[in-house]
Amino acid sequence: MVKNEFVAHSEDNTKSIAIQLANVLIQQGLGGLTFYLNGDLGAGKTTFTRHLIQALGHNGNVKSPTYTLVEPYEIEDIKLFHFDLYRLADAEELEFMGIRDYFNDNSMCLIEWAEKGWGLLAKSDVEINIMIDNIHDDNRLLEFVATSDAGERLLSALER
Amino acid sequence: MKILGIETSCDETGVAIYDTDSGLLSHELYSQVKLHADYGGVVPELASRDHVRKIVPLIKRTIASAGLSSNEIDGVAFTRGPGLVGALLVGSSVGRSLAYAWGVPAVGVHHMEGHLLAPMLDDNPPPFPFIALLVSGGHSMIVDVQGIGQYTVLGESLDDAAGEAFDKTAKLLGLDYPGGPLLAKLAEKGQPGHYKFPRPMTDRPGLDMSFSGLKTFAANTIRACDGADQTKANIAYAFQDAVVDTLLIKCQRALKQTNQKRLVIAGGVSANKQLRATLQDLNRRKGIDVYYPAFEYCTDNGAMIAYAGAQRLLAGESEGLDTKAMPRWPLDSLQAI
Repeated sequence: MVKNEFVAHSEDNTKSIAIQLANVLIQQGLGGLTFYLNGDLGAGKTTFTRHLIQALGHNGNVKSPTYTLVEPYEIEDIKLFHFDLYRLADAEELEFMGIRDYFNDNSMCLIEWAEKGWGLLAKSDVEINIMIDNIHDDNRLLEFVATSDAGERLLSALER
Repeated sequence: MKILGIETSCDETGVAIYDTDSGLLSHELYSQVKLHADYGGVVPELASRDHVRKIVPLIKRTIASAGLSSNEIDGVAFTRGPGLVGALLVGSSVGRSLAYAWGVPAVGVHHMEGHLLAPMLDDNPPPFPFIALLVSGGHSMIVDVQGIGQYTVLGESLDDAAGEAFDKTAKLLGLDYPGGPLLAKLAEKGQPGHYKFPRPMTDRPGLDMSFSGLKTFAANTIRACDGADQTKANIAYAFQDAVVDTLLIKCQRALKQTNQKRLVIAGGVSANKQLRATLQDLNRRKGIDVYYPAFEYCTDNGAMIAYAGAQRLLAGESEGLDTKAMPRWPLDSLQAI
């Protein structure tokens, strides 16, 4: 299992980690990939996602999808979907938003609070865990864990 | 002209009938009604966004509670966007199909235009132009409203909506989600002077907002505190104070920049007492007239869609059978009427 760990001491650090990941994604292609983002409220899942989506080429805001559940973006010919399932009471609710249509070879999905959609989501390729440092609360520990072959290829390229 | 309005852009299924001669005739939200009759006495617990099963019973009920029959409806308005594509498709396909079956015109409405025009449903509607502050769980924006379809977005949240920051900070304080109103109640017991939260993006010019950092600041403050009830109340007080103060600063800037004298506050957060009192004070201090839509038209509803659609149908707009849902739809791109 390929795993990368980073410590970010500031939002600028977080941004440069996001840029590294974005560069590998652009090289290998975004289509068909699914990322789960794990971390407590306020850990910085949306902040990391904002920097990643902007580094992939989106000009403009990256708003929190908590209320809308999903915010769509277009990165060249790939549709990128940023999900936040925090407000889901029941995974069944995903059926009513047509969740199955979002996962395909021409889309990339970034999913916050994926555990709330258990059973109805595509399997992850990479899990991104973001933790707040208990001693220095501006510090963030970022952990990327490959959970599929495609995820392994991606993170192996990141290591070099 | 009697217009049926249908709102299904996100969680809520809302239907209403607006009469251009006599005003709102009926207005129903699925989350607030009991549809016993339609289900033969048993009301199944339907999930959020299950618009498909909710919409037809709700339309029937809305027409009945207006004392009308379907052949008295003169037009159909539905939310075309922005929102969740799956949810929008339900309202737009049902709305467009009903209009076709009834032989009446249909029009797709912009969800945010609905919110901006909601104060027009009031007995004392604001005259144009005005500045609108729209603050809810999903939106935070300041809009210059010159007339119907003449909107300039002056500023908006770059990340979390104001209401979302309230709800998430409430959760961090150990309250239920969504706990914005509970946090406001807790803040009433809080004392000033114990904590000072930042006022995001007020130290630079511009009307954009950012509330994500405030949530993280709250998380750090709560982690470092002693957890006592009074401490939590003090944190709630300081958090609410920061959000309200930030919104006040932005509204004042917008009014000054546009030289306008009227302010409309809409969206679920407009129910916040502290926000109301603070913005109302602009009347005393600066002679600004401050308006709020009735609370039931602040959150997502069909009435605002029926009203906005009626104005557009009156102006001669209508659309063909090839209706498209528009999950992304910039507010500035609308046509003036």
